[in-house]
Amino acid sequence: MQELITRAKELLADGTVSRVLGWKKGDLGWDPEPAWFEKEEDLEGFVYNPFCGANLSKYLIAAGKLEGRTLVFLKPCDTYSFNQLVKEHRVKKEKTYIIGVGCRGTLDPEKVRAAGMKGIEDAAVDGETLKVATLYGEKEMPLKDALLDRCLVCKGKTHVAYDELIGAQAGEEAGPGELAGDRFAGVERLEALPPKERFAFWQGQLSKCIRCNACRNACPACSCLKCVFDSSQFDSSQKANADTFEEQMFHIIRAYHVAGRCTDCGECSRVCPQGIPLHLLNRKFIRDINTFYGEYQAGADTESRAPLTDFTLEDVEPGIVSKRGGGR
Amino acid sequence: MYQMKKDRLTELFQAISGTKDLFLPLRKCDQTNYGLWTPEEVFDLETLKTVKSAKDCFFPQSEVLYRCKTEDGKISIDPQKLCDRPFVVFGMRACDVKAVEVLDRVFLSEPVDTFYAARREHGTIVSLACHEPEETCFCRNFGVDAAASGADVETWIIGDSLYWKPLTEKGEALTESLQAVLEAADGEASACEAEETVAREQEAIRGVIEKLPFSHLDLSRFQPENTMELFDSPLWEELYKPCLACGTCTFVCPTCQCYDIRDFDSGKNGVQRYRCWDSCMYSDFTMMAHGNLRTSQMQRFRQRFMHKLVYYPANNDGLYSCVGCGRCVSKCPASLNIVKVIKKLGGEA
Amino acid sequence: MQVEHTEFRPKIVAFCCNWCSYAGADLAGSSRLAYPADVKIIRVPCSCRVNPMFILRAFQRGADGVILCGCHPGDCHYTTGNYYARRRMTLLFSMLDYLGVEDGRTRVEWVSAAEGVKFSATMNEFVAKIHELGENVRLEDLRCKN
Repeated sequence: MQELITRAKELLADGTVSRVLGWKKGDLGWDPEPAWFEKEEDLEGFVYNPFCGANLSKYLIAAGKLEGRTLVFLKPCDTYSFNQLVKEHRVKKEKTYIIGVGCRGTLDPEKVRAAGMKGIEDAAVDGETLKVATLYGEKEMPLKDALLDRCLVCKGKTHVAYDELIGAQAGEEAGPGELAGDRFAGVERLEALPPKERFAFWQGQLSKCIRCNACRNACPACSCLKCVFDSSQFDSSQKANADTFEEQMFHIIRAYHVAGRCTDCGECSRVCPQGIPLHLLNRKFIRDINTFYGEYQAGADTESRAPLTDFTLEDVEPGIVSKRGGGR
Repeated sequence: MYQMKKDRLTELFQAISGTKDLFLPLRKCDQTNYGLWTPEEVFDLETLKTVKSAKDCFFPQSEVLYRCKTEDGKISIDPQKLCDRPFVVFGMRACDVKAVEVLDRVFLSEPVDTFYAARREHGTIVSLACHEPEETCFCRNFGVDAAASGADVETWIIGDSLYWKPLTEKGEALTESLQAVLEAADGEASACEAEETVAREQEAIRGVIEKLPFSHLDLSRFQPENTMELFDSPLWEELYKPCLACGTCTFVCPTCQCYDIRDFDSGKNGVQRYRCWDSCMYSDFTMMAHGNLRTSQMQRFRQRFMHKLVYYPANNDGLYSCVGCGRCVSKCPASLNIVKVIKKLGGEA
Repeated sequence: MQVEHTEFRPKIVAFCCNWCSYAGADLAGSSRLAYPADVKIIRVPCSCRVNPMFILRAFQRGADGVILCGCHPGDCHYTTGNYYARRRMTLLFSMLDYLGVEDGRTRVEWVSAAEGVKFSATMNEFVAKIHELGENVRLEDLRCKN
C-alpha cells in the first residue's frame, strides 16, 4: 500500500496528474470509501485493502469533466468497466492515468455478519484467514467464506487497461486457483428449474426491491445522463414499490439496457441493500450472447462492436427460445 | 412485569394475530424486514436491524390516497379508506421507537396527516431490547436507551425467557388480552427476581453501548445559530464526492419522511393517486414547474444532513431527526454516512 | 335464461411493421381470410422500432400474448432493421423465459406484404396457443386488473 501512496505522491508532485481517485480509510475496518485526493498530504488517509470493493471507474465520468488528468487505482475487473466506458465515449483515456493494482478478491462485510459475527470493529487478512475484531471478542473465519460472490468466480487477474502496474503482474492467472469458478453455474441452476419455480424465485427476490436505485447508480454501464426511469413523462411508479410488476419491469429493463455492455463487475449485487442477486440477470444475457452470437466479453477491448449493435445474416430466430424447451 | 418461555413465542403471536394484525421482522429470501405475520411466515428476532425500518407499518413506502374514474362522462372519486383495524408491531428496537416520535412531530402537527394518524391510533408498539448492539449503532448520542425504549410495551429476551412490561394504556390493554399466554410473575419473590434479571440485562446492554465506537459523537456544533456557517462550509464539497446519488440511505432510514405524490393511470380502472417515499438524493426531488432548486448533488447531499442535524431540531425543540440506528452506516454503497458527516463538520475528524 | 360469460377472451397485441406485415394484414383482410378479433394490431415503422419496454408494457396493460411481425430478413425497408430486432427479441424472450414467464406468450414472425395467408394462419395459431396458456398472471400489474 505504501508503494501506491508513494507513486501517487510522485505523480501529483511532477504534475502528471491533478488528482488521485482511490479509497480512504473509514472509521471501522470494513468501510473504506471511494475518495478524491488533491494534495500530497491528503494521501495519508489512503487505503487499499480487501474491503475496497467499489469499482472506481464509474467516478471517472465525473473526473473527465475536470481539468487535467486523474490518477485512478483499478483492480483487474474494474479495468473492463473502464474500457467499456472508453468505447462508449463516456471517459477519455488521455484524461486518465491508471495504476493497475493487484487483487486477491474483495470481501463482503455482509458475509462476515452472516457468519455470525456481530459488532465488527476491525478485520484483517492473515493468509487464508480473516481475523475479525468484534465487540464481543476476537473471531476468525476462512477468507474464502468472506469473499464477495463475484470474486468466487473471478474472471481473471489481468488488467486490460493500465498505464502502470503495482502489485500485479501482466498476464497473471485468476487465482488462488479455486477462485476461478464457473460463473454461469448460478444461471444454469435456475434454468434447470421448472418455469413455475423460476418465477417464484424471481418473484421472491425482486419483491424485496426498495427502488433505491443503488444498482443503477453504482453500475459503470448505467452511464446515461438521464435514466428513462427518472423521466416525469414515463408512466411508471419509479420510486414506489407499488406493484410487483414495477420491480420486474425495472430490473428487466435495466439488465436489458446493459446487455452486451455489462462487464460482469458485480457492483449491482454488491451494493443492493436487500441482497438481490442481480448479477444473475446480467449473466443470463452474457450467457445467451455467448451461445447465440459467439463468445463476447464486454470491456475486453475498446473497438469491437457490441452484440446488440451488430448482426449476422445467419442469426438464430427468436423461436429458438421455445424450440430448445425454455431457457437452455 | 410478565414473563414467558421463549419457545412459546409462536403461541403469543397467534394470540395477538387472532384479534389484530401483527407485524414482525420476517425472514424472506435471506433478508429480514417487517411484514404481516401469518403462521406460514418465518419470524426472525435474532437480526438486530431489519433492512428497512418499521417505518413502513405507519408510513408505507407506497400508499394509494384515492382513485378516480370517468364513467358515462361523470368523474367519480373514491377515497382510500383509513386504517381501521388495530395492529401490533412487535420487535421494534429502541431507535425505531424513537423514530416514530420524529415522524409524529411531522405528521401529527397541523395539518394532521389523516393516513398516518389513523395508523398511529390503531397501532401498538411492542419493543424488544437490543441484546447485542452492533458497531454501527450510535443511538446513545440521540438520547435513545437501547435497554428501555419507552414504547407501549417493552420486552427483553434473556436466556430462554421473554420479559414483558407494559408502559402505556395501549400496552396495558394489549397485555390484558394476552393473559392466557403471559404469566404474571406471581408472588413478590418471583416478581423481584424478574425485575432483577431485567435490570442486569439492561446494565449489560448499556455497558456495551458505552463502548461502541460511535457512541460519543460531538454534536455540539449542530445548533440553529450555526445554520449558515454549517450550510456554507467548504467541507460539503469534499464530503459529497463519493455519493452515487442513490436513495439507499433515505429508504432504509427510520426517520426520513419526505414523500412524493404521483398519479398512475391504470387505463380502464381509472387513475390512482398515490404517495411514495421520495429521496432528497434524487434529481427530481422537489421538482417544481420552474425547475429544481437544488441543481447539484452536493446541494442534495447537504440537504439531507442539514435537515437531520440542523433544520429539524431548530423547528422541533432540539430533537435531532437521526436516531442513530446505523442502517445507513452498513448499507451505503460508497460507505458514506451521517457519522462521517458529524465527525467532519463537528470538527472531530 | 342466464348466459355464462366464463369463456376466456385473450387480448393479443400484434406489432406489425408498416411495410410488410401491416400490408400482409391488409391483404388477409381484403382476401377475406379470417383471424380472431382478439388480435389488436399496432403499426410500427419497422420491427426494430419495438423496444423491449413496449412488450412489457403491453403485458402490464392486460395483454395475454404479444407478437411481433416484420419483413423477412433481407427485405427490411430500412435494409437492416429486422436483423437488430431479431437479436433483441431473442434475448428478451430468453430473459422472460428465465424469469418464469410461460413459453409461447411472445412470438416473432416474418410476414411479407404478399403473405396474407401466413398472417391469418399465424394469428390463428398464436391465439390458439394463448387460449391454451390462459390468462397472463405472471407479468401482470394488479392495478390494471379488474
